[in-house]
Parts: sequence; C-alpha cells; structure tokens
Amino acid sequence: MNKPVISEEKLLWMYETMVKIRVHEERAAELFAENKVPGFVHLYVGEEAVATGVVANLKKEDFISSTHRGHGHYIAKGGDIKASMAELFGKTTGCCKGKGGSMHIVDLSIGELGANGIVGGGIPHAVGAAMGIKLNGLDDVAVAFFGDGASNQQNFHEGINLAAIWKLPVVFVCENNGYQISLPYSKQQIINSVAERGKSYGIPAVSVDGQDVMAVYEVAKEAIERARNGEGPSLIEAKTYRFRGHFEGDPAIYRTKKELEWWKENKDPIIIFKKLLLEKNILSEDDSALIQKKKEEEIEEAVKFAESSPWPKKEDILKDVFSTSTKGVLVWEW
Amino acid sequence: MGMVRKISYAQAINEALDYKLSKDKKVIMIGEDIGTFGGTFGVTAGLLDKYGPERIYDAPIAESGQIGVAIGAAATGLLRPVFELMFIDFFGVCMDQIYNQAAKMRYMFGGKAKISMVIRAAGGAGMGAAAQHSQLLHSMFSHLPGLKVVVPSTPSDAKGLLISSIEDDDPVVFIEHKGLYAVKGPVPEEPQRIPLGVADVKREGKDITIVATAAMVYKSLEVATKLYKEGISIEVIDPRSIVPLDENTIVNSIKKTGRLVVVDEDYPRASFATDIAAIAASKCFKELKSPVKLVTPPATPIPFSPALEKEWIPSVEKIEKAVREIL
Ligand SMILES: Cc1ncc(C[n+]2csc(CCOP(=O)(O)OP(=O)(O)O)c2C)c(N)n1
Ligand SMILES: [Mg+2]
Repeated sequence: MNKPVISEEKLLWMYETMVKIRVHEERAAELFAENKVPGFVHLYVGEEAVATGVVANLKKEDFISSTHRGHGHYIAKGGDIKASMAELFGKTTGCCKGKGGSMHIVDLSIGELGANGIVGGGIPHAVGAAMGIKLNGLDDVAVAFFGDGASNQQNFHEGINLAAIWKLPVVFVCENNGYQISLPYSKQQIINSVAERGKSYGIPAVSVDGQDVMAVYEVAKEAIERARNGEGPSLIEAKTYRFRGHFEGDPAIYRTKKELEWWKENKDPIIIFKKLLLEKNILSEDDSALIQKKKEEEIEEAVKFAESSPWPKKEDILKDVFSTSTKGVLVWEW
Repeated sequence: MGMVRKISYAQAINEALDYKLSKDKKVIMIGEDIGTFGGTFGVTAGLLDKYGPERIYDAPIAESGQIGVAIGAAATGLLRPVFELMFIDFFGVCMDQIYNQAAKMRYMFGGKAKISMVIRAAGGAGMGAAAQHSQLLHSMFSHLPGLKVVVPSTPSDAKGLLISSIEDDDPVVFIEHKGLYAVKGPVPEEPQRIPLGVADVKREGKDITIVATAAMVYKSLEVATKLYKEGISIEVIDPRSIVPLDENTIVNSIKKTGRLVVVDEDYPRASFATDIAAIAASKCFKELKSPVKLVTPPATPIPFSPALEKEWIPSVEKIEKAVREIL
C-alpha cells in the first residue's frame, strides 16, 4: 500500500487536535479534583492519536458514536468545547443543558451521536446511522468507537454482524487500552487482538499501533474509503493505553507504576508525533509551544464560560422528555 | 358511517404499516421473519414484495443490535424505523437499548435528539405459550420515562394508533395482543389517525366504571352487556395508550359513577391496575362510593396448561363478580 499523502495543514490539525484533547483532559482532571465537575469522569489522556487519526478522515456530515470516555471523540469531531465544558459542570449552557454530563456529551449537528454510559451501547447506533446513509444514497460514513471491554458485549457482536450482512458504510474502531477497568485484556479474551474477530463476521480487520497517529490515519483511511465506496464495514483495533485511572479518583491498583511509566516515556502519542513533525520541518519547537499556549487559552476560555454560566432551573427537570406533545398526561409531575 | 368493511386486527396493523411505508420513504422495518415469512403472526405479509429488502429488513436473531440500529438511524433523522420484536417477552435481551438508550437520549442530550421509532411487539396470554411467550408487560414500559406505550384493543384502534405512533417523534412501544390478531371489526379504508392520549369510551354507563385494556376490553364489554339486562349500567373505558394517559376521561367517569373496576392482563404489582387505582384514590376520593376493585392475574409467571392458564387470565366471571361486589 502506498503511503497516503497528507497535507501539512492536515498534519498540523492532527497535532493541534491531540494537544487540545490532552490539555482539555488534564484541565478536566484538575476541575474534578477541585469538586467543580461532579459525577464520573473518564479521561482520554494517552489515547489521543486514536480519535484524531480516525476523525482526520471524516467530514462534518459523517457520524460517530462514542463512549463513556468520549471527550476525545467529541473534540476531534469538532465539538464546541465551551458547550462540553459547561456540560461537565452541569450548567444550562452545556451541550445537554446540564442533563447529561461527561458521559453523555453530544453534538448531533456535527454527526456526534453521543457519548454513552452503557459500555457497548453506542455500537449499533453507528450501524443505524450507516443504514440511514445508505438508504438515503449519501456518501457519508459512520464510525463506532468503543473499548476492549465493550468488544465482549452483545452489541459489538450483533452490531458488526448486522453491518456486515447489510454491507453498511461503517467502521468499528476498538480502542484497546489494555483494561476493562481493572481486568487486563489478556483475561478478557484468549486471542491476541480484537481484530481477530473480524474474520468471524467476514469483514476486513486490522490491528494498529494506536499511539502512532500516522498509522491510525492510514488504516482508518483505507477502511473509511472502503465504506464510502459501498464495500461495507471494517474493524480496526488500535492498541493504546490510558495514562490516567479508569475514572478520576481511581487508584489503579491493578497495574504497576513501572508499566505506566514505560508507556508515558516510550509511547506518548503527542511526543511521538511531535518528533516526526519536527524531523519533517513541519513544526518547530516555537510552533509547538505556541500551539500548547493557544490550546491552554482556549480551554481556559471554556472553563470561564462554564464557571460563569447559570445553573439549570428546577422547571427544566420536566422538559425534553418527549418531542411530540400529545393529549393526556405525558409527564407526571411532582 | 354506512358500510365500513370489516378486517382483522392483524390486517389493520398491516394496512397501517403499508400506508406509512408507501407515504414516507424514511419508514423502514427491521425484525425477525418479517419479510418472506410475513411475520410470525402474518402481520407483515406482502410488505417485502411491495417495498423490497432495502425497506424491510429480515434480521438475524440479534434484538439488541436491531433496536440499536433503529435508534441510531432515528437519531440521525435519516429514517423512521419500525422495529418488530417478535414477542414482547424478548425485551429482556434488548432492554438496555429500549430504556437506557431510546427512552433517555432526548433527555440526556438536553432535547437535541429525536428518536422517531416504533417498537411493535406481540403480547398477551391465552395461547398456551407459557411463561416466556405470553406476557403483556405494558405496565413495565409505562414505568420508564421517555417511552410512549400503546395497547390497542380493536382493529380500527390498532390501525389509527399505529399510524399516529409511526408519525410520532418519540419512541413508542406498541404492544399487540396476539389473541386479538384474528378479531375482526370495522376499519375505515382511509388512513384515519387516532391520537395517543385519548381514551375511548367503548360503552357508556352510569353505575360503574370499568377501565380495561387489550383483550380485557372485550370481556368487560361482555359483562356490561349481560348486566345491562339486570339494569346495571357499566361504562367501559379503554385508555388505548398507557403513556400518554387520558386521565381526564377516566377521572370524569369515576366521578360520574362513583365506582371503579380495573381489568388488566398484566401482572398486578406496581402495575397499570394499581396506577389507575391510585389515580382514583387521589383524584376521586370524595366521589367513590365503594372500594376500587382490581381484576388482574395473580403475581405468578404464566402457567402453560390450558387448565391453569384459563384460571390465570382474568375471566368474565371474575369481572362480573367484582362488579357485583361493589355495587
Ligand atoms: C453495560 C455496562 N457494564 C458495566 C459498566 C461499568 N463500566 C464502565 S466503563 C467500564 C469498562 C469499559 O472498558 P472498555 O470498554 O475497555 O473501555 P475503557 O474504559 O477502557 O475505555 C465498565 C465495566 C457500564 N457502564 N456498562
Ligand atoms: Mg479498555
């Protein structure tokens, strides 16, 4: 396979996106620690290359379904971080008006079908989006992001099989970060890669180094083009690692410090990509510092927006349960 | 209305599906054996031939996947799926998609998503189908915020309510009583919509109110006809949709008659029957002249043997007894 030619502009977008996700997540961790962000927060630090490398091949009209660890997908797809940050805080200006929180951030206007609190729950949603695309004769695609743990769920097996028999334009991206909370991948499945499962559904499947954004970009490009050309679904396993606990507050007693340090030192996707861009003279140290600063400012602006936004009102509790109003009692009040 | 032709409940549902498939390209169907086979109960016969496999998806047994696909397709706004769950009893293998995904998406997403989809399923006892193929379960679905729940009793209600359900922008659980599929009744040829949330007074009366659903509507009407000869005037109300609920019609009737019997085929605890009783207690307390009676099955799984099943299902005799006890 020939290496795809990627424009400098796209490469820089990829770098900026990864930095943006990293800065966002590290700031979210602080905000959680300060008790400003309630609930469960699952961060994407260390996995930035996966969402970025995949979404770099998508256009606005394409769809993605996301997971409980969904900030990275949302940011890469072009989600407004003010709206998501306000959502993390539970403010009325949030993308879900404060009714969803970290596990439910969404932006349907850019094809982001929503994060999901149920592991594996979003996988068939991407397949459904792909069915809509196909029946409407569109050339869009849908991507389902999910974890290694999710690849044990019925929705993984059923979703992939339905997509395969109906030849739908969808790409399944398994972010194998080695753990399902505390259970290592080796104790979840006796195969070496989730990609081995592609064969049982008769679809192409590949495993890729998820810390190498270029590698992710390349395999995703092939799978997405295949889907766009009406050739059906594919499965990608991106081997990755989360640099933080499963959720914020997780003491992570199930893995060694040594293991974590090894990944941080040798497999940080941002460091790896930055090195490549420096070598190619696409980026200088100054550019990189500037990008970092710019992203920090953007995130800070989002935090300010969230902090200064109003709380939702009590009467909002009753709103948005249904879309079509009817006769009779639809929503029982207090 | 002159000569309205009579067709079966199953045919009426087929006509509603056919009508919506013909009028709206976004409407598609997903389910098991709904194509070539025409549906386990023959409800979808002919639709595959007419609309082809790109609109009528015969699916492998993967209910969670199928509903999930329907939800995703609905969320994009590109399609309005009608998913057929062969038996409502099978909700157990796909409930997450129903109540955590379809039902809550709009709310969790702050009103941004529209999940325009219908989950059609066959329910109901009386066929000797035992505990895993006989439940009605509308109570449970009505317990869960975000779902609309429809349980039609007559062919004409089934057609009109299904058209409205498909046109509705929220997830609707549409439970068809399989004991009624062969029941015939007058059904207008034209696509007459019956709005959700409007109860139908199947028979007017002044001494006692019976609120009944699905197959129990017929048994209640039988009792009403019989007792009318003795001078007992029974009003029979079929709410038709459990969510939304036409509380006004029910409350006004109870206030008028001062007596209530709820007849329902679903389990008795935390149920549709207790829900209506609670409404009567909280909104009609002053007008009630006697205790509310609930005629339901016992809180047991549904037994197989015809000898047991017929005892399990509320009978005409039990309804009559309940009425007499509070008169
Ligand atoms: C159906 C379901 N079971 C369990 C959980 C609790 N839970 C949340 S995240 C998680 C682990 C998911 O692992 P994986 O899919 O590998 O994703 P990761 O967290 O590693 O990104 C579990 C068990 C859940 N949310 N949903
Ligand atoms: Mg994992």
